Amino acid sequence: MNDMTDDMQRDAMNADFPPAETRVSLLGARPAETPLVPPETIAGRALVFVVAIMTFLAALAMGGAILVSQASADWRSAVSRETTVQVMPAPGRNIETDVGAAQELLADTPGVAEARAMSKAESEKLLEPWLGGGLNLDDLAVPRMIVVKLSGAPIDLVDIQARLSRVAPTATLDDHRMWSERLARMANALVMVAILLLALVLTAMTVAVYFATRGAMAGAKDIIEVLHFTGATDGYISREFQRHVLGLSTRGAMIGGGLAGAFFYLAGLFSRRLTASPGGQVEALFGSFSIGWLGYFAIAIIALASAAIAGLTSRIVVFHRLRNLS
Amino acid sequence: MVRFENVGLRYGMGPEVLQDLSFSIEPGTFQFLTGPSGAGKTSLMRLMLLSLKPTRGLISLFGQEATQLDQDRMTALRRRIGVVFQDFRLLDHLTTYENVGLPLRVRGKEEAVYRAEVVELLKWVGLGDRMHAYPPVLSGGEQQRVAIARALIMQPELLLADEPTGNVDPTMARRLIRLFVELQRSGTSVIVATHDLSLMDQFDDARRLVLGEGRLHIYE
Repeated sequence: MNDMTDDMQRDAMNADFPPAETRVSLLGARPAETPLVPPETIAGRALVFVVAIMTFLAALAMGGAILVSQASADWRSAVSRETTVQVMPAPGRNIETDVGAAQELLADTPGVAEARAMSKAESEKLLEPWLGGGLNLDDLAVPRMIVVKLSGAPIDLVDIQARLSRVAPTATLDDHRMWSERLARMANALVMVAILLLALVLTAMTVAVYFATRGAMAGAKDIIEVLHFTGATDGYISREFQRHVLGLSTRGAMIGGGLAGAFFYLAGLFSRRLTASPGGQVEALFGSFSIGWLGYFAIAIIALASAAIAGLTSRIVVFHRLRNLS
Repeated sequence: MVRFENVGLRYGMGPEVLQDLSFSIEPGTFQFLTGPSGAGKTSLMRLMLLSLKPTRGLISLFGQEATQLDQDRMTALRRRIGVVFQDFRLLDHLTTYENVGLPLRVRGKEEAVYRAEVVELLKWVGLGDRMHAYPPVLSGGEQQRVAIARALIMQPELLLADEPTGNVDPTMARRLIRLFVELQRSGTSVIVATHDLSLMDQFDDARRLVLGEGRLHIYE
């Protein structure tokens, strides 16, 4: 073309053209090539929005399951650490003697940390919410309670009941097992519902990504045709689309996961403030309302899984569509 | 290089738009493809590009029967063909430079390796100062030159140009056709589809493929 050597020509041309290395991406040293699939489209923004919402809902379901599971474990642990013996008054028996014998037997039983008999006054006070104060309850057959705290060592409650019956025939042992089992069943049901919700949300997200990818490909039909004619393989084109969808989905998943994490953090702060006042219902139900590090880790896993599901879905759709276009 | 034998094409259940086409394109030859609007020039180009399958007949490209190719072989054949579309088909979100470098990029070449080559070609087609412009801000003629540069960057063995001079002034049209002739002299087979009789007259030693009523007439 002219008398310049190839090297001189190249130097002259490069002088007025910024080398790729100066246009590096934020992610590292890889040159920031313009994506072949336009990154900012209405369909793309919609995908970010949908994945963010779905990830947020999935993380809420997971966090809810963790909260219920933790609360249930706390309830059951509290219930199973304590048991109650009730001694009923009966004609011909001295209730004080029976209470004393039962307390003595319980205190000597391995696995029992403490057995405290409630006084007559304390037992009558328990009835106040129902009967009102200032009543003379001498004529009423008020049962007496023995609160038994368990040490956690193995204990045979059936054997204790049998031995109690021998020293105090009107004594009955309430081991709270029925409540504990009901709580366990309810908690398990709630956890199953949360897992079902999680699965539904992830399925809905997969469907959304499927249609978003199809939409992106339909909108980029001309681009695909040009790429084919300029010598791109199906593998190359599918990688470009997959990168596009994966990028958008990851952004959506991070936003959704981040919002869910922030929600649980703020809910924890709020519940702690609420429970600072005595008798808080939230505290009674959910403890500290904190999902803990395990919960935040689970949310991160859900965000990653959302992005991975989106990437995998888009890969399948792109390959399928390219085969149809060919 | 390209061989058509009794090729026919119809769209759906309609009439045959191309009938009994039989011709061959030899290496290093230059030909105009002409005919009235709607005669089927673009359809014939698309058949050669393997983006349409013939309803009947045999098409052979670079010695390979082209109607039963798998995707990889089709891509391999397309990589030997440069194409200039009538409507340019530039990617609007890529710069002029990136559009021209696209065939090299999709082959996995590093930008640093092909930068000088792309810049040189852009300067040669008169777009040295428009490298960072996006297609929507280019004039029709400038877009056409970008499309031509993109088709030439790989120095294809076969160049298909659909109305490549439709949007440029006569001087630029002659310059572009001279570029194609130069390319032909270096061994590329060139097929230029055009309506422009005066332009064809200026290169009257070129072979002419004339489409009319679905049939092809060849004037050597």
